[in-house]
Amino acid sequence: MSGIIGKKIGMTSVFGADGKYLPCTVILAGPCLVSQIRTKSNDGYDAVQLAFDDKKDKQSTKAELGHFKKVNSGAKRKIVEFREFPETPELGSEIKVDLFSEGEFVNVIGTSKGKGFQGVVRRHHFGGVGMQTHGQHNRLRAPGSLGASSDPSRVMKGMRMGGHMGHERIKIQNLQVIKVIPEQNLLVIKGAVPGHIGAYVIVEK
Amino acid sequence: MDLVKFAEESINGKRETPEFKAGDTVTVHYKIIEGSKERIQQYQGVVLQRKGSGVTQTFTVRKVSNGVGVERIFPLSSPKIDKIVVDKRGIVRRARIFYLRGISGKKARIEEKRS
Repeated sequence: MSGIIGKKIGMTSVFGADGKYLPCTVILAGPCLVSQIRTKSNDGYDAVQLAFDDKKDKQSTKAELGHFKKVNSGAKRKIVEFREFPETPELGSEIKVDLFSEGEFVNVIGTSKGKGFQGVVRRHHFGGVGMQTHGQHNRLRAPGSLGASSDPSRVMKGMRMGGHMGHERIKIQNLQVIKVIPEQNLLVIKGAVPGHIGAYVIVEK
Repeated sequence: MDLVKFAEESINGKRETPEFKAGDTVTVHYKIIEGSKERIQQYQGVVLQRKGSGVTQTFTVRKVSNGVGVERIFPLSSPKIDKIVVDKRGIVRRARIFYLRGISGKKARIEEKRS
């Protein structure tokens, strides 16, 4: 699966051909440097390593600088490996946004916005407990019973409870590409994409 | 946010609309598709407000039709708007003239700007 690394720029809406509003996300996609090519004989698997977004030399470690020295480049901020690129690109070449075409469907992977510690109502869409009246108080948004009593005298595995929500890897499938703007390396995709503005996303074909 | 604006413009293009604000009387020529036929409907009224920015900017037009107040919200850069004609420029003191909803008759007059 070929793909590209990008950065979420923001959302807007545009008019489609039938005059309807389409909500869409603008992504700054590439250009990505082909920083390494992994082969079955060397590494045990075939993959193409892409790198995106320049990093200052003084912020980079010597290990990073050494890795990118082989392709005559400074270090980059985001490195992702793609397996099964349809045709292996040349080492040191650039993958640009013209990889995609308008109307095509793509998958977008990102890290969702962190929501912190959330209760069961928000995290698992529980309904809360009972009513607000008849003397009931202070357990409106409680999870209720966690299970049966002395048999099995434990809480079942996987019981949905409160906890940390968000900030996890999310893949959104089948988003349509509305427009590719190669001059500015922009990709306009219909619908929402996980993550905050400025977050790195992976767009795969 | 500049890149977002650039993307908006490269998809829908920059659209020239006449300058108008709340208190002005405008006629909106709106394309209506009936089956396979397309015709243009005119809608005249007073602009109550302009809302939003960029491609998503909208404006509200109010008119009194058979004694019933009617308000329509148009997206400013919608391709279904054929053209907007400014008929009268009114003098009002605020950007959103919702007070017009509660009054009728002589009180609902808007002073016209003479140039």
